[in-house]
Amino acid sequence: MTESEGTWPLWEVFVRSSRGLSHVHAGSLHAPDAEMALKNARDLYTRRNEGVSLWVVASSDIIASDPDAKGMYFESPQGKDYRHATYYTKSEGVKHL
Amino acid sequence: MSAHNIDHSLDSFGDSTASATRVTPGNALRPEDIAIAQEKPSEQVAEYALRLGDDALILAQRLSHWISRGPEIEEDIALGNIALDQLGHARSFLSYAAKAWDKTEDDLAYWREEEDFRSLHIVEQPNGDFGVTIVRQLIISIYQHLLYTALLDSGDATIAAISAKAVKEVDYHRDHAIAWTLRLGIGTEESARRMRHALDILWPYVGEMFEDEELHAALGDVAVAPSSLRAAWEEEFTAVLHDAELAVPTVPFAMARGRRGEHSEHLGFILAEMQVLARKHPGATW
Repeated sequence: MTESEGTWPLWEVFVRSSRGLSHVHAGSLHAPDAEMALKNARDLYTRRNEGVSLWVVASSDIIASDPDAKGMYFESPQGKDYRHATYYTKSEGVKHL
Repeated sequence: MSAHNIDHSLDSFGDSTASATRVTPGNALRPEDIAIAQEKPSEQVAEYALRLGDDALILAQRLSHWISRGPEIEEDIALGNIALDQLGHARSFLSYAAKAWDKTEDDLAYWREEEDFRSLHIVEQPNGDFGVTIVRQLIISIYQHLLYTALLDSGDATIAAISAKAVKEVDYHRDHAIAWTLRLGIGTEESARRMRHALDILWPYVGEMFEDEELHAALGDVAVAPSSLRAAWEEEFTAVLHDAELAVPTVPFAMARGRRGEHSEHLGFILAEMQVLARKHPGATW
């Protein structure tokens, strides 16, 4: 990530909408440091009762997969139906499946 | 927090507002609920609510001027949110006060003259640069947090209920102001210089915040005597400045009588902008 001179770094915001659910990526924002990022996240992403918990992560700390490596990363499972439970037929006599 | 006190006090507001301490939109006490409730404040209680409401209203009007002018869009929204919180508190207090005179919140906000406003001088001070706004926020948010906390035990059920909603929002305003005071105080030589300047120009208006009036004594446990907040305010404010490597100003307090309707030259301009639309097109809605 490159930051032009004089702008605040970018942060990714994750909001948990209610107890028991996972934090979900909601968007990003600029802030001078982690604490201010959390405050800004509160103002930007929880104005309408959206959440009960917030995470912020410096965007530069996220290691992302390479979009150009999509084939190598994500196409391999195609055709490998045996990785899904539905591929298998129920053995005779097994109940409650 | 005296939740029991508040719950009991809200019996007359019906189920939708049974607990003012719940933050979900359907349960929080709204100005509309106050306007239709049976309770009518006495003239003295209304005068007190007017003071609380006018402080919040003028501060809201000042803060909202930051919208589209913030140093970054995130901070623009933060100040806009704080302005809206204050506007919400103003609407609740003014809706309640208005009932004593068979009026509405709009009558009080748009159709009173400058000398009828009971706000403190500190809230009408110009925004200045970001540092001035942050120092003004620090001064007023610590004050409002102490005040609304004390008003949770107010003998007036509606004032206690409005304070229960407001105290949580003001807690955040305080948090926001402290965070920025630390960053600007310790930040750069330029940011520290601007903070020292902001403290010097705003400090004169601190004295007025703690002046008791006859009204406070007359209202007994309904009101909080401003002087009773002073020690706690000074302790907290001084601690924040200490952490931010800033000194408490030594400039003297100004003679300010906002509570008697005597205002600085700024309020007239604020009201002109705030009231022009309602006065030019009475009853206009959208």
